[in-house]
Amino acid sequence: MSGKPRLTYLNGRGRMEPVRWLLAAAGVEFEEVYLETKEQYDKLIKDGFLLFQQVPLVEIDGMKMVQTRAILSYIAGKYNLYGKDLKERALIDMYVEGIADLMQMILMFPFSPPDAKEKNLDSIKERATNRYFPVFEKVLKQHGQDFLVGNKFSWADVQLMEAILAVEEKVPAVLSGFPQLQVFKTKMSNMPTIKKFLQPGSPRKPPPDAHYVETVLKVFKK
Amino acid sequence: MSGKPKLYYFDGRGKMESIRWLLAAAGVEFEEEFLETREQYEKLLQGGSLLFQQVPMVEIDGMRMVQTRAILSYIAAKYNLYGKDLKERALIDMYVGGTDDLMGFILMFPFLSAADKEKQCAFIVQKATSRYFPVYEKVLKDHGQDFLVGNSFSWADVHLLEAILMVEEKKSDVLSGFPQLQAFKARISSIPTIKKFLEPGSQRKPVPDDKYVETVRRVLRMYYDLKAN
Repeated sequence: MSGKPRLTYLNGRGRMEPVRWLLAAAGVEFEEVYLETKEQYDKLIKDGFLLFQQVPLVEIDGMKMVQTRAILSYIAGKYNLYGKDLKERALIDMYVEGIADLMQMILMFPFSPPDAKEKNLDSIKERATNRYFPVFEKVLKQHGQDFLVGNKFSWADVQLMEAILAVEEKVPAVLSGFPQLQVFKTKMSNMPTIKKFLQPGSPRKPPPDAHYVETVLKVFKK
Repeated sequence: MSGKPKLYYFDGRGKMESIRWLLAAAGVEFEEEFLETREQYEKLLQGGSLLFQQVPMVEIDGMRMVQTRAILSYIAAKYNLYGKDLKERALIDMYVGGTDDLMGFILMFPFLSAADKEKQCAFIVQKATSRYFPVYEKVLKDHGQDFLVGNSFSWADVHLLEAILMVEEKKSDVLSGFPQLQAFKARISSIPTIKKFLEPGSQRKPVPDDKYVETVRRVLRMYYDLKAN
């Protein structure tokens, strides 16, 4: 075994993408195993790898970790991206949970029926611009620091950066009313580990396409 | 201010119930403000108390915390119910993630149509007995200890007991194939703080009824059209 974390998921973003972002931001190299067939998935379950019969699965430090939040919290804790004390951790947790709610809408979007897509896109735009982005715009404006929590790079910054780019893919001018977030986005993009992750050839996955949706439905068919 | 945590939510279980359980298990007294009208909710919104315009909200240690998972993690850590190191925390987080998913199926239950309720009930029992309960049964059997993680009472134990009792409300004999969980249920229920919480007159909320559903829909203007899993 190489000692690097090993990620098992489909060859696409889904629920694993925040994990790829966080490991990359922390400068941690990782391996990936891609699920392409139902047989592969059934075998993983049969062999007892998936605690609740679900992926994401991350093999890290001798553990077979499942549950995205648990995985992300562990990585954040291990690589000092979780604040310096309980109160900073509370802030980071609040911010990442809020962003996760927004990302959940984007996650589900490719699977919505064609006649619901326009409505769902409007919802994503509405939530991003009225509920989530204003919060982080205000946080950054109020303390004037580069990072969301404790004047230090954390999981919250990585998660927000991922969300900004994901929403921009759907709503290109979404940051037009958010000058602080525009500056934040530029600063994050220039951080060496994130800059590397944003370059072609990195483990970052492209937006989900029809092939990805088809694979998901095939692998997880009951 | 009293110094006690203050919970802002409906007078019912919903997403706040796990927080009530955990505070109670930790022996922490708390106050509650119940949302009954749209005006109350709008006042909270206008006052800027709700970071993402949502409840649950808990005022604790000078913070107005939102996001159920963030609140639970904070309470668990503050009251030493989160394991002794990063790896124990990882296990607790994984286990809580599972029981959270299971309780999520029950959370939406009261909002479903009568036909969907029947379908969802079968779904809940099927998931509980084939996906979730076997995991915890095996964990307890494998290490033979009283608690799920690190031979020490933790958030994971509280959350599992809460989930067991909720599923039992849907099917009373659901633990019949799970002897370890039966013993676990008896043990954890007899911990003094939990025993107290399970007695009448505690802040534990009853099974949600139509009045609860009506209040939530009226106050939030949402959840009119939920479908079964």
